[in-house]
Amino acid sequence: MKQFIAFVKKEFHHIFRDKRTMFILLGMPVVQIIIFGFALTNEVKNSRVAILDPSKDAATTSLIAQIEASRYFEVDQYIHSTNEIETIFRKGKIKLAIIFPSHFREDLQHFNKAQVQLIADASDPNVANTLTSYASAIIMDYQNRITNDRKLPYTINTEMRMLYNPELKGAYNFVPGVMAMVLLLVCTMMTAITIVKEKEMGTMEIMLVSPMKPLKVVLAKAVPYLLLSSVNIASILLLSVFVLEVPINGSLTLLVAESLLFTLVSLALGLLISTKVDSQQTALFISLVGLLLPTVMLSGFMFPIENMPLPLQVVSNAVPAKWYYTIVRSVMIKGTGFQAVWKETLILAGMLFFFLGLAIKNFKIRLA
Amino acid sequence: MNEKVIIVENLTKKFGDFTAVDHISFDVHKGEIFGFLGANGAGKTTAMRMLSGLSLPTSGHARVAGFDVYKENEKIKQNIGYMSQKFSLYEDLTVKENIRFYAGIYGMSNRFIREKTAMVLEKLHLAAEGDKLVKSLPLGWKQKLAFSVAIFHEPQIVFLDEPTGGVDPVTRREFWQMIYEAAESGITVFVTTHYMDEAEYCNRVSIMVDGRIDAMDTPQLLIETYDAISMDEVFLKLARKATRAAD
Repeated sequence: MKQFIAFVKKEFHHIFRDKRTMFILLGMPVVQIIIFGFALTNEVKNSRVAILDPSKDAATTSLIAQIEASRYFEVDQYIHSTNEIETIFRKGKIKLAIIFPSHFREDLQHFNKAQVQLIADASDPNVANTLTSYASAIIMDYQNRITNDRKLPYTINTEMRMLYNPELKGAYNFVPGVMAMVLLLVCTMMTAITIVKEKEMGTMEIMLVSPMKPLKVVLAKAVPYLLLSSVNIASILLLSVFVLEVPINGSLTLLVAESLLFTLVSLALGLLISTKVDSQQTALFISLVGLLLPTVMLSGFMFPIENMPLPLQVVSNAVPAKWYYTIVRSVMIKGTGFQAVWKETLILAGMLFFFLGLAIKNFKIRLA
Repeated sequence: MNEKVIIVENLTKKFGDFTAVDHISFDVHKGEIFGFLGANGAGKTTAMRMLSGLSLPTSGHARVAGFDVYKENEKIKQNIGYMSQKFSLYEDLTVKENIRFYAGIYGMSNRFIREKTAMVLEKLHLAAEGDKLVKSLPLGWKQKLAFSVAIFHEPQIVFLDEPTGGVDPVTRREFWQMIYEAAESGITVFVTTHYMDEAEYCNRVSIMVDGRIDAMDTPQLLIETYDAISMDEVFLKLARKATRAAD
């Protein structure tokens, strides 16, 4: 135990002395949450809209007022002819153009039918889709209000409820993703690099001729990063609850326990990498390309897994972050209990034992 | 000087078809400075790794500090010190932190560490530098500090793998002064080196060629036997016979 404490102390000396690395380790989650929270949002807010309204009657005015009132749109300019449409989209500022016909209200009153054209900049298809459906919804809403006065033979009213995330906030999606990314980065990359560094420096050899057992060396290496990760878990959760207003709907204990499990999986992966490579560069490269990339791409955080081709869906099952991401979303956002995530938990635990076993086996072979 | 602390009989290590160490036998006595010479690739490092418990022999027997290399390598580890050719202190830790760490992994008590640290720093004239980072020290001092750390836990034997690589001649002399002092206090010194003048400082030397020990005696007797004027010449005469390429 004395050996172990001496080793952990030394490891903390390394971490605290290297201010830059420490800043990255503890600052990264904060920066990522802030970047994802405020800059890189895929929510559509205050999109600039151009309007062509030749009729200028009570109906169009009231509709435009509602569009202006919504937080998704900001009426940027009025245009006066269809010729201008092309030009304003070319400039790139305008995302949506709403074209009313002349005599909108008369059409509506006399023929019971009027048309509105929505033209969206589909160079970003997701935004275009979102904007047209928001605009349609506002128009539908208006229609419902005016038809209330009259009796229509049949009406089907759709009523939508967005469960778990009524305001459709992006943060609900990326907070679990950032957690997976940060924990993986800190644990896997840093553990792999520090162990490989000892190999490069020749200090690992000294450790191996010492009476300290190899398993103890490895565990002592992992402990400081486990502690650092706990700090990161805490800071991410605090930021998301108090700054981004993402609630923790499920049990905090369960969430933290699952996060620690994922941290252990990441540490085991780091150890495994460190037994396989001999230079810090290789360790860094494998951690980034071999782990970070699949985590971002295949965990479901950026791209929905259901939409991927089958081979990629199969591959995604081997990415630990996918399971963790699913767990965090269930527990944190949906507020489910352990019975909803026991399968994912079991898979993560299995991965932990698999990676750890492989790492220890490799470590021993190196000694023979 | 009669107590044998290293006993090696027909020690062999094979990697597949390649015999890195080929039936070597020798004894080292307590307090002796034993030079272990050989060209690169002759099998020195492999032999040393087997004796220090890092690698298991393929066949043969060896006892180090009274313990069997096959069954008791954990006990061997407790009783030996090791300093490798790679510089083995942590540059981003202070002098004291390095000492505390290495003493810690050998399970020394805090009191022992505190008292001995003061003694060692005093001896190295580093008392004022105790809280400085190791990277700020000149190479010679680092090397001497590394040696002091390797024998800090008062092992029976210390293995030095080319300890003076890249060090200036003055520091090398001082370094050897420390080796003599350690030997006088009863620590057996097992040292590999490339510098033949250093070989002459040893009580006895062995010269490995192609995995075998071709010659072993005191430096004076070796020089006489091979009709040479220095160890350098003895070494060249023997090493020239090597058929194995250096690695």
